Amino acid sequence: MTTTPRWRALTHHHLFWPVAVLVVLLLVNIPFTPDFFSIKMTDGHLYGSLVSIVLFGSPLILVAVGMTLVIATGGIDLSVGAVVAITGALTCAHLSEQADQNALSGVFTALAIGLAAAVVCGLWNGFLVARMGIQPIIATLIIMVAGRGVAQLITDGQIITVSSEPYKLIGGGYWLTLPFSIFVVLAVVAVTALLTRRTALGLLVESVGGNAEASRLVGIRSRRIKIMVYVFCALCAGIAGLMISSNTSAADGNNAGLWIELDAILAVVIGGTALTGGRFSIGGTVVGALVIQTLTTTIYTIGVPTQTNLVFKAAVVIVVCLMQSPKFRAKVFGAKRAAQQPPAPAAPADTAPTADAAPKLEVS
Amino acid sequence: MAEPRPVLEMTGIVKEFPGVRALSGVDFRLFPGEIHALLGENGAGKSTLIKVLTGVHTLDGGSITLSGRPVRFAGPAQAQQAGISTVYQEVNLCPNLSVAENIFIGREPTRFGRIDWKRLRREAAGLVDRLGLDIDVTAPLSSYPLAVQQLVAIVRSVGTADGEGAGTKVLVLDEPTSSLDRGEVLELFALMRRLRDEGVAILFVSHFLDQIYEVCDRMTVLRNGTLVGEHMVRDLDQVGLVQLMIGKALGQLDELHEHQLHADVGEPLLEAEGVGRAGGIEPFDLEIKKGEVIGLAGLLGSGRTELARLLFGADQPDSGKVTVGGKEVAMSAPNDAIGAGVAFCSENRKTEGLIPDLTVRENIILALQAARGWTRPIPTAQRDELVAKYIAALDIRPANPEARVGQLSGGNQQKVLLARWLITRPQLLILDEPTRGIDIGAKAEIQKLVVSLSEEGMAVLYIAAELEEVLRLSHTIGVLRDRKLVARIANGPEITPTRILETIASGEHQ
Ligand SMILES: Nc1ncnc2c1ncn2[C@@H]1O[C@H](COP(=O)(O)OP(=O)(O)OP(=O)(O)O)[C@@H](O)[C@H]1O
Ligand SMILES: [Mg+2]
Repeated sequence: MTTTPRWRALTHHHLFWPVAVLVVLLLVNIPFTPDFFSIKMTDGHLYGSLVSIVLFGSPLILVAVGMTLVIATGGIDLSVGAVVAITGALTCAHLSEQADQNALSGVFTALAIGLAAAVVCGLWNGFLVARMGIQPIIATLIIMVAGRGVAQLITDGQIITVSSEPYKLIGGGYWLTLPFSIFVVLAVVAVTALLTRRTALGLLVESVGGNAEASRLVGIRSRRIKIMVYVFCALCAGIAGLMISSNTSAADGNNAGLWIELDAILAVVIGGTALTGGRFSIGGTVVGALVIQTLTTTIYTIGVPTQTNLVFKAAVVIVVCLMQSPKFRAKVFGAKRAAQQPPAPAAPADTAPTADAAPKLEVS
Repeated sequence: MAEPRPVLEMTGIVKEFPGVRALSGVDFRLFPGEIHALLGENGAGKSTLIKVLTGVHTLDGGSITLSGRPVRFAGPAQAQQAGISTVYQEVNLCPNLSVAENIFIGREPTRFGRIDWKRLRREAAGLVDRLGLDIDVTAPLSSYPLAVQQLVAIVRSVGTADGEGAGTKVLVLDEPTSSLDRGEVLELFALMRRLRDEGVAILFVSHFLDQIYEVCDRMTVLRNGTLVGEHMVRDLDQVGLVQLMIGKALGQLDELHEHQLHADVGEPLLEAEGVGRAGGIEPFDLEIKKGEVIGLAGLLGSGRTELARLLFGADQPDSGKVTVGGKEVAMSAPNDAIGAGVAFCSENRKTEGLIPDLTVRENIILALQAARGWTRPIPTAQRDELVAKYIAALDIRPANPEARVGQLSGGNQQKVLLARWLITRPQLLILDEPTRGIDIGAKAEIQKLVVSLSEEGMAVLYIAAELEEVLRLSHTIGVLRDRKLVARIANGPEITPTRILETIASGEHQ
């Protein structure tokens, strides 16, 4: 068993495991949906499973990208789901009061109001975490719990429906044959990448998350940086909120973005950013979000019974996370290698289990 | 004369990290009842050899036998059980637990199946006492300076080595003395000798060659991951040893001893008036001039680090005022001091210095970048040039700006921390134990650097456990005792370490 340096470099790339998992998940669909990879053009729009995965995964990608920066500073933001609901509710409430819902000026004010609310939520989170020194998980729990109530107040406990063509474009429209939301995602990801890697923001974020005390002593204004990332995260959640309510032309204060914070955190972790903070990878997060969306799609295509949906999802997530752990891989594959070698003289005399059995024995 | 059988034998040890061959076929043996020095430059592979032994790293080749039986440990806990107690180079205890809990963590005394807290505290206090330490074992570890934390780590491992029926055969100490003062070093040596006489084999790593000659019986020298020799200490003198370590004769090492301190100290730069902090240090006055090197001398816990931290705003003074270049500085956060041109290189590179996951390059530019703010990244070309310059100037190895700092050897990490602040060209550079863990050649280089920086007009506040080091470099020596600045002494030929020690002891300057 020799490994070429090239192969080694590839498997050591930080995106290797997330991408490998994504590819495997996609391939699993083929026996169930033979035309899974085919993309058709109908009415000038592209259709196909791959397109839908990206389309339905768009809000999650947005939320997860924002979450990545928060997690990189060593924090966490549980309020994103509520921010999704608030943004959607405010925007739709404003839009539904317009005489002409198709008027661009009205749509833009509605968007601005929704996103402004998201920014306010982000400022509040940032204030609690950076200024008051409250644990991020507690600080953001406040809006997570109260935010949905606020969203329901805005919508009066009803589901507000709108019928606005321009608004529908964001989450349900097409542009250049592709769903418009894909372009929104591309834009947000590109802006994030530029913002973090073309400026020094990424470095400072990683520094704050990697060692907070050392960062303070080096003169980094970590409070400012933390407030910035919470605002940015909330803004991303706000855009996702617009997308979700636009897709359904409705604002549901109760269910919009429900549990999206957990999927987003998972996406970040699958993408290779550690929950302890420090190094982060936007590309990894995008792949991680796609993995989760693909998993959701796969659950439907292979027909997992509805009651066992969540159990199935959890099982896959466990496997993915284990595969990403170098320690686990060393144990499983290391055991395999040891079993294939003749027992070393130093090793106890009992014969090694078969190569197949060894990994399972080691898992416990 | 038949030698006894070695208790530990490592043969043909190979350890590779991606891109680095840290050990290539090293043989090492350790006899019962000896103190054995492991020597080599920064990055030679000393810590790696220790970590391979105790199972922190897996072995890529070679074999280990303990008491004649082949062993291979899956982790430090297993090694500990087999009788190898280890103090690693970077203190790895739990800062938020008490000293007593840290000493007994993982092997707490129990009573009826529950932890016997009374006994735990009593025994911890006893162990601490034997090292001549006067500390409260119920206080959290983080409330003590690094040197005390290092001592607690030693007490912890020695506790197992020393306790009844502990069965420790091998005690490994990786640079245990790097931040200790003379007094603690002597206590530690006494303890090491006692254990040796009881038959424990001790592996001792240090860059202080005098300590090697004081306490060790035998030594093994590594260079670049290979074994260059094993000798009895009495058979090899310091010159020969240094030659073995660096692979060539070192002529200029003594140059610095004859170095004359330059006399052209400029106008006042920083003035502290009545600056103090309750529980840290009593209010003090201090004036630092441009181009002046002020050394701080004092025993462990005398307040040297506390004084430095106040001048940097790392802790907030609760009285007094600081002016730099005639302007008052708020000192409410390190930012204020940095803005005024003050830099502070902490003694604790692990928790207060480096960001282990970031690369050497990122760690080096961090202070400069923080000062510029996030919107103005340092242009790539300029950044790479600066980083390359300082990697070369400080001889950071491997000379790879992309390497993760956490993977560098201890001494090289220290150099990265120095580079970070040098790159900002501060007006006042506060160096708290800057040569901690740095090898003998590099130490001389760094001291020379301090001298030349001060000649260019930079003021330096220098803290070092070694008095000779302080005396060699400083124009003025500030003496601290019991958290109080008790004397300021102008350096001169008549000032000797003994004089300073007398001042420390009496608390006043005659
Ligand atoms: N985890 C790691 N990953 C990659 N390289 C490593 C790792 N640990 C050590 N190295 C490399 O192995 C070499 C030996 O390092 P080691 O820490 O053993 O040196 P050392 O002799 O203890 O030096 P010092 O006196 O500075 O403590 C160095 O080149 C170092 O960069
Ligand atoms: Mg070392």
